[in-house]
Amino acid sequence: MNTSDNANHADLAIYSHPTRLTGAETLWATLVGEGVRDVFGYPGGAILPAYDALRKFPLRHILVRHEQGAAHMADGYARASGRVGVAVSTSGPGATNMVTGIANAMMDSIPMVCITGQVSSAVLGTDAFQEVDITGITLPITKHNYLIHRAEDIAPALREAFLIAKSGRPGPVLIDITKNAQQASAIFDFAAAAPAAYRPHPMLRADANSIRDAAELLRTAKRPVILAGHGILQSNAMEQVRALAERMQIPVACTLLGLGGFPASHPLNLGMMGMHGESWVNQAIQQSDLLIACGMRFDDRVTGSLATYALQAKKIHIEIDPSEIGKNVPVDVALIGDLKEVLEVLLPALPKIKSSEWLQSIDAMKGDAAVRDIQNLPDDGHLYAAHVMHDLWHATGGNAIIATDVGQHQMWEAQYYKHEHPRTLITSGGLGTMGFALPAAIGAKIACPDKEVWVIAGDGGFQMTSPELATIAQEKIKVNIAVINNGYLGMVRQWQERFYDKNYECTPLLSPDFVKLADAHSIAGVTARKRPEGVAAIESARKHDGAFLIDFRVEQEDSVYPMVPAGAALHEMIRRPKSDPPKTNQRRNPLVETASDV
Amino acid sequence: MLHTFVALVENKPGVLTRVASLFRRLNINITSLTVGESERSGVSRMTIVAEAAVDRAHRIMASLYKLENVLEVDDVGRHSAVVRELAIVKVAAGPKTRAHLFELAKVFHARIVDLAPESLMLEITGGASKIEGLVQVLVESDYQILEMARTGRMAMRRGQHTSRVLDALREVPATSESTLAGKPKHMALGKVATEDHA
Ligand SMILES: Cc1ncc(C[n+]2csc(CCOP(=O)(O)OP(=O)(O)O)c2C)c(N)n1
Ligand SMILES: [Mg+2]
Repeated sequence: MNTSDNANHADLAIYSHPTRLTGAETLWATLVGEGVRDVFGYPGGAILPAYDALRKFPLRHILVRHEQGAAHMADGYARASGRVGVAVSTSGPGATNMVTGIANAMMDSIPMVCITGQVSSAVLGTDAFQEVDITGITLPITKHNYLIHRAEDIAPALREAFLIAKSGRPGPVLIDITKNAQQASAIFDFAAAAPAAYRPHPMLRADANSIRDAAELLRTAKRPVILAGHGILQSNAMEQVRALAERMQIPVACTLLGLGGFPASHPLNLGMMGMHGESWVNQAIQQSDLLIACGMRFDDRVTGSLATYALQAKKIHIEIDPSEIGKNVPVDVALIGDLKEVLEVLLPALPKIKSSEWLQSIDAMKGDAAVRDIQNLPDDGHLYAAHVMHDLWHATGGNAIIATDVGQHQMWEAQYYKHEHPRTLITSGGLGTMGFALPAAIGAKIACPDKEVWVIAGDGGFQMTSPELATIAQEKIKVNIAVINNGYLGMVRQWQERFYDKNYECTPLLSPDFVKLADAHSIAGVTARKRPEGVAAIESARKHDGAFLIDFRVEQEDSVYPMVPAGAALHEMIRRPKSDPPKTNQRRNPLVETASDV
Repeated sequence: MLHTFVALVENKPGVLTRVASLFRRLNINITSLTVGESERSGVSRMTIVAEAAVDRAHRIMASLYKLENVLEVDDVGRHSAVVRELAIVKVAAGPKTRAHLFELAKVFHARIVDLAPESLMLEITGGASKIEGLVQVLVESDYQILEMARTGRMAMRRGQHTSRVLDALREVPATSESTLAGKPKHMALGKVATEDHA
């Protein structure tokens, strides 16, 4: 382990006086110069020269157990902190193992720099041992990438990579560095390697006319809704969005990645929109006469059928990426630019509004939903995942960073863990990558060591990256892990239940005893089968010094409601049955003991 | 409809792939794509002709600009422009049938650039319709086309318009050639962007 304590600190003089360094040293020196303190990686032949030089630099290197984990950790690190995450791997299989993590970051616009070793330039293109065309493979899933084969190109490329990763619409950048470039030496001149200012996208446009048009639409709207997306966090526009909402009494619906961008407890907060959004949120959108889309991209999971999407509504789209304008939904006014900057110009043009009938009519829609809410189900001895989310939210005061995996538990978390603050929900939205939660939480904890960090993963997804438990043990990382164990690939089972005649093909899971698995890594853990056990377990986890795992044996055939079937109109939701009967007499996963069996 | 874009791109390995890959990702078929040097060293000029719905031009341009190596994009189809293509066509023709071909060449302003006992080669420049016109006449006159090669379209706007990027680049003297020629590009574009979009 290389911590800043035992590392032989890089000589600060190298930043003020051009110095001859090897490519390997240049790599780390440039990272340090860019303000990087932590990197996630895994060594191998083609990156060995770099690893050999690592110890000389004040960098913490977290040794992962699979390079996908390194990429997700860098991703989680970036999401939690807003800083660029860094992942390192060797060539060939090391590089291809990162591909899922890179695609995940690309889909969610996460600033990340991935460094891969590459075979020496003399043998490039010869199918040399562990050679893979990673710049070719990652071309469509990176914002940009580089193949570097000379030591002198490393610092300029890396510095430009950092700039590209975090500028405009952020995204992952990959740098593939040949082994000979790492071994060769060149003059390291940090200042001279600085990139020029980032080229703003030439089609950015939020001129006075469009601002005036937007203001006019806002002034005349009777039923406006703000659609709050990931862009709020990316642009740091929490205050401005809040000001817009409060100034004109506009309710705010969040996308999955927008959660936390607007305080959950705010009276104008509606909650999450889309496929598993609450009914009143989607109804409000469908009845709206003006949608103000703030840093979101009208993904199919939030619009449902486009042919029936918010037909009465005019649309103002505030977005930094011009290629998103009109992609899925035609818009009336496009304000193309940084959300915060655009709102700062727009806000003064808007009048203050005191009250709105529209808000009252939305409130009326909530009444019916409340009786269906699973939260209002009594504790009938069954453990419901939604209750776990609620209890976790309650115990942590809504202040923890939660990294979720993908599936039912992810949606329940989004519904029942009320995120007050930005960057407290870390979840894979665009790619929907199972296995994301555990490594992403590790990254988040490294980025924010003082924050309470929880993993919420399904029994399926947890097993995709569970070897990272060993990383937690080796690096002594305090994260709490909630496995929402329903014995199924639950979200897929839910679709089978609804749309495939309950043909539960290949969705029952036989899983290891997760507490024993944790124990094998010297990580503490308990199983919770009833709600009070769960509450107690959460407390134990929070008090425990090291990492802690809770295996929540939840109701097996519970489903996430409301649900907009894929391709249906947003208001055509399948609602939660009014009183969901206990599931004990239903068919259950034959592979697993259940809560009621014990 | 057929869209015609001109893109100025950094002349570096892999840039063509990035552009081509973008169209593949958007599921748009490229009708023709020509690349060559522009008036500025280090900057290549591409003319891309692609079949796509009318309303997709905006997204194509916006996506092209997201490629870091793309400096400028122009939708020349929307402007008055000179569009040219070059074709060379090898036609089977013996001494007896040549004369008619000479006449055809004259009418179409094509040139005979090779003559062999059993074939000749025509070179023609012009808009696509002119080239297609020649081909059609050849076919309808029962000539056998042995080989044909077309460059695909090149386009340039008429009149005073010049590319903003190249204008700006002229004002900023290029620094010593770095292999990562990003610097002049970024400087220049930053300048252009402030002028046009601030
Ligand atoms: C890598 C990957 N493979 C497959 C899927 C498809 N998928 C989406 S949700 C899901 C089930 C997840 O099961 P589990 O982790 O147990 O979570 P649950 O839905 O039961 O809460 C699957 C297989 C995916 N999203 N990612
Ligand atoms: Mg499950």
